[in-house]
Amino acid sequence: MVKSSAAGLDAVFAALSDSTRRAVLESLSEGSHPVTELAHPHDMSLPGFMKHLRVLEDAGLIERSKEGRVVQCTLSAEPIRVAAAWLSPYQKFWTERLDVLGRYLKQQEKSKS
Amino acid sequence: MTNPAPEDRPSLSFARTYDSSPEEVWRAWTDPEALKVWLKPEDAFSISVAEAEVRVGGRFRLLMISGEGKEHEISGVYREVIPNRKLVMTWTWKSAPGVESLLTVILRPLGAGTELELRHEGFVEIDDRITHEDGWKGSLTLLQRHLTSGK
Repeated sequence: MVKSSAAGLDAVFAALSDSTRRAVLESLSEGSHPVTELAHPHDMSLPGFMKHLRVLEDAGLIERSKEGRVVQCTLSAEPIRVAAAWLSPYQKFWTERLDVLGRYLKQQEKSKS
Repeated sequence: MTNPAPEDRPSLSFARTYDSSPEEVWRAWTDPEALKVWLKPEDAFSISVAEAEVRVGGRFRLLMISGEGKEHEISGVYREVIPNRKLVMTWTWKSAPGVESLLTVILRPLGAGTELELRHEGFVEIDDRITHEDGWKGSLTLLQRHLTSGK
């Protein structure tokens, strides 16, 4: 299980905060695609599009591989799972419970002394 | 409704340090009277029953009432028990009986205090869009929904 580092989470959420990049991830959730195919629906230059792919790659969300003359993109599930877990209600639950546990323990110490 | 496989489900880990000794922290996790005070979903909840048969195979049960008067129950079985060191238990909501998650609590002495590590694995979100076979695709949907709705 990949532990969610703060920097890693920042990179994932920053990567997701753009509609072009989210569209790329949605396309890739159906399966791998060549870069040119991914770029096609978007109204921007290829270098501009490649910048978006680099942001996604740096966040660990996609992997690029060359197959002959074609560069294929594949979705990496693990960072998405980590980020989604962060949004889980259990994140809030345990964060709060462990705070309350801390207060409970302090109270117990006080009532002993 | 099919649930994602355990390896596709989210898992969380937390680390905290407390000034209390591992024995005190262990007591907070294993004494039913202590659990009633701190282990509830929200402060507005009250725990009416807490059972903790802290031994391998022993039963864990919390029966609680929400601020609106609704009853909720969590139960589980202890899998590993190493006093003042490690507690592993299953964690199941009565309202979602097919979903068993695993809770691991590890305590390490840190000076006079304690370093606590908690892992909660294998839980499934109570959201129909997440509970299908492609667990990670569901996670992507959840993320997109949260990000685009400005929550």
